[in-house]
Amino acid sequence: MSVLAIIVSRLAKAALTLLAIAVLNFCLLHAAPGDPAVVLAGEAGAADEQMIAQLRERFGLDQPFGVQLWKYVSGVAMLDLGYSFRQGAPVIDLIADRLPATLLLTGVAFVISLVCGIALGVAAAARVGKPQDSLLTTFALLFYATPLYWAALMAVLVFSVWLGWLPGFGYETVGAGYTGWARVIDIAKHLVLPALTLGLFFMAVYMRMTRASMLEVSNADFVKTGRAKGLSDKVIRRRHILRNAILPVVTLAGLQAGQLIGGAVLTETVFAWPGIGRLMFESLAARDYNTILGVFLVSAAMVILFNIVTDIVYRLVDPRIGARA
Amino acid sequence: MKHLKATTFLIAAALAAPLAAQQEGGRLDIVVQPEPPGLMLGLVQNGPTQLVAGDIYEGLLRYDTELQPMPGLAESWEISDDGLTYTFKLHEGVKWHDGEDFTADDVVFSASTFLPETHARLRASLAYVDSVTAPDPLTVVFKLKEPFGPFISVFEAATMPMIPQHIYEGTDFATNEANNTPIGTGPFQFEEWVKGSYIHLVKNEDYYIDGLPYLDEVYYRVIPDAASRAVAFETGEVDVLPGGSVENWDIKRLSEMEGVCSTTEGWEFFAPLAWMWLNNREGPTSDVRFRQAVMYAMDREFMRDVVWNGFGKVPTGPVSSKTNFYSDEVTIYDYDPEKAEALLEEMGYDGEPVRILPLPYGETWQRWAEAVRQNLSEVGIEVEIDSADVAGWNEKTSQWDYDMAFTYLYQYGDPALGVSRNYTADRIEKGSPWNNVEGYENPELDEKWFAAATMADTEAREQAYAEIQKEIVDDVPVAWMLELEFPTLYRCNVKDLVTTGIGVNDGPRNAWIEE
Repeated sequence: MSVLAIIVSRLAKAALTLLAIAVLNFCLLHAAPGDPAVVLAGEAGAADEQMIAQLRERFGLDQPFGVQLWKYVSGVAMLDLGYSFRQGAPVIDLIADRLPATLLLTGVAFVISLVCGIALGVAAAARVGKPQDSLLTTFALLFYATPLYWAALMAVLVFSVWLGWLPGFGYETVGAGYTGWARVIDIAKHLVLPALTLGLFFMAVYMRMTRASMLEVSNADFVKTGRAKGLSDKVIRRRHILRNAILPVVTLAGLQAGQLIGGAVLTETVFAWPGIGRLMFESLAARDYNTILGVFLVSAAMVILFNIVTDIVYRLVDPRIGARA
Repeated sequence: MKHLKATTFLIAAALAAPLAAQQEGGRLDIVVQPEPPGLMLGLVQNGPTQLVAGDIYEGLLRYDTELQPMPGLAESWEISDDGLTYTFKLHEGVKWHDGEDFTADDVVFSASTFLPETHARLRASLAYVDSVTAPDPLTVVFKLKEPFGPFISVFEAATMPMIPQHIYEGTDFATNEANNTPIGTGPFQFEEWVKGSYIHLVKNEDYYIDGLPYLDEVYYRVIPDAASRAVAFETGEVDVLPGGSVENWDIKRLSEMEGVCSTTEGWEFFAPLAWMWLNNREGPTSDVRFRQAVMYAMDREFMRDVVWNGFGKVPTGPVSSKTNFYSDEVTIYDYDPEKAEALLEEMGYDGEPVRILPLPYGETWQRWAEAVRQNLSEVGIEVEIDSADVAGWNEKTSQWDYDMAFTYLYQYGDPALGVSRNYTADRIEKGSPWNNVEGYENPELDEKWFAAATMADTEAREQAYAEIQKEIVDDVPVAWMLELEFPTLYRCNVKDLVTTGIGVNDGPRNAWIEE
């Protein structure tokens, strides 16, 4: 099957999957206790029956469940994610506002973790059993075991409060009015701590996986053959071992990339990063149905998209996969 | 000790105000937590909205820390002897932020068209109003159907905000586009809201009081994590931590920092009182002896000192000591486990476990519930701690699915506005967490609550409320836990930040920064 045919068939399935996800999420969410009217009324510090009835009517919550579900799903089918009554804006606008910040954060963290993780994994595997290897694996274990939340706060404490090198919060300096390159640099400075905090954990995962996989493959027969015919260690490692060892890492990276949108809630919260993870979390607390469903749907679409990308990357890394299929 | 000093300082500053040379200019960064759902104060009145929109919108009156009315949009007012006619003279030359004139017609529109439709808390007070009229552009007359003692207390910005008639008349209020760019008469006007990051307000150059405000701009910063907010204050990112924006155990550390002042003033109008609803309908909590036993079993002083780091005051009953008509001539429930055990034995308590639902507002409330469980288990009451997020808590309490549930409520200066709503039987209604959720019914006392609200004579009201407090405290409809205190932390070079009974909510109006 050609790559194009795969993409077409996968996209068709993806559309159905997304619709099913929309229905499932809608049902799950409505099963949770409380609704947006109750939350809003609760926050007002005073409420009467009239207020709650008014809110329910405005949100369309007074209609039968089936009608609400149908309205939502038919909207989604037309690419309309609905309106957030809490925030007074279309859901698609809310998501579009927050998406770039999240993609920037998770994208940078993803690249850092993947590149450094594989490089360190290869390095550790090459020196297996030596002190450098022990040092690297110990650090990886440490990063892997440290709760993200704690690591984030410590990073702020050290680099922002004590040393004063980097800003600890936010997306950019509020009210500074930077433009052009000054703004880019400002954002980059704000990005360092959250991206590193988020990236370290995944870097540890990739490193350990690369190392283990490299060691496993280096005992394979074709590696011995390569050595026997006199190839240099470097060539063997890069062209024969790494290329085979990287497949499980690609699988894992594909899974993680799918979570780029939803996976940064904690980091965004601690660093006051105005991303979509926080939007999701806050909307969930407020039972802002349309917004949560919208974020879920966009994340689901990302997961599906990255699964397709992963499948294609497999073929590039290992041509045998395409041939067998 | 630090906050004592700060308080003295503030009083001194207030006295010296006319003499001190206030400096113009500067920017103030204030934490707002959580991010408000909207800024249109006529539609949303939760805490964060009041904090930010309190600079944009104004009411006819403001209130000092003794809850006495001060001029707001009204420069003077008069109450007739029979308590039925309230006449307000408005400030001259007041303009909306879009340049239109503010007139008496806007007041009439706000009080008789907009707010009755949207503002649940005010609706109850407006029920006493017969008519609102504007005999001339600078005069407004409220005529009441019967005297309503607390009526003079309902003109604060978040209770009766003034809404621009020219923008809202004839539109669907809830979905009006203008809600996203609020237009008020206040000292600051809306500039920009970057969702998830900050709200930016700038000085209203045409403010009707010469020289005010001093500040050029105010940023309300959204920082979702409590520990991060503390660090943001530490690093100088923000200048003001309004009450409740960091966890209690951080307050001591932060207030001892160089150049940091703190005050517990500015909450008098709200006087937040925390209690546990005890379900009066079913289970052990339906027995008055059990409820009294709960009061005796708890060491509330200890909880205050440990859970709230010493902030707050143990209440004597339903009315906060800061609210008008408070009386302490009531039965006092001191910590007395033996008395509690005796009461439990007398009622024949069979050891049926009770559930406690904490407020989902952070660590403090969780620990508080644990402290209660500890105390109650010492007298033989088995307690399970229930859990829920905010929506779940609202659902459980408003559907009466609990045995004991923590909550706290503002009192708005007068028992008829913020207290009676939790105890009279006409306020037993499923679906809202802000009424008589415990299900307490006492028809005789109901009569007294109603009568006290509609007395024109202040002394008579005083006496009536003293009587009510004495009686209700013996019934323990709910377990009164603490008059909450939320210290405000700020840089000492920020002057005159807290000068009224609503504190930081209208603080930037008079605040200035000393270079």
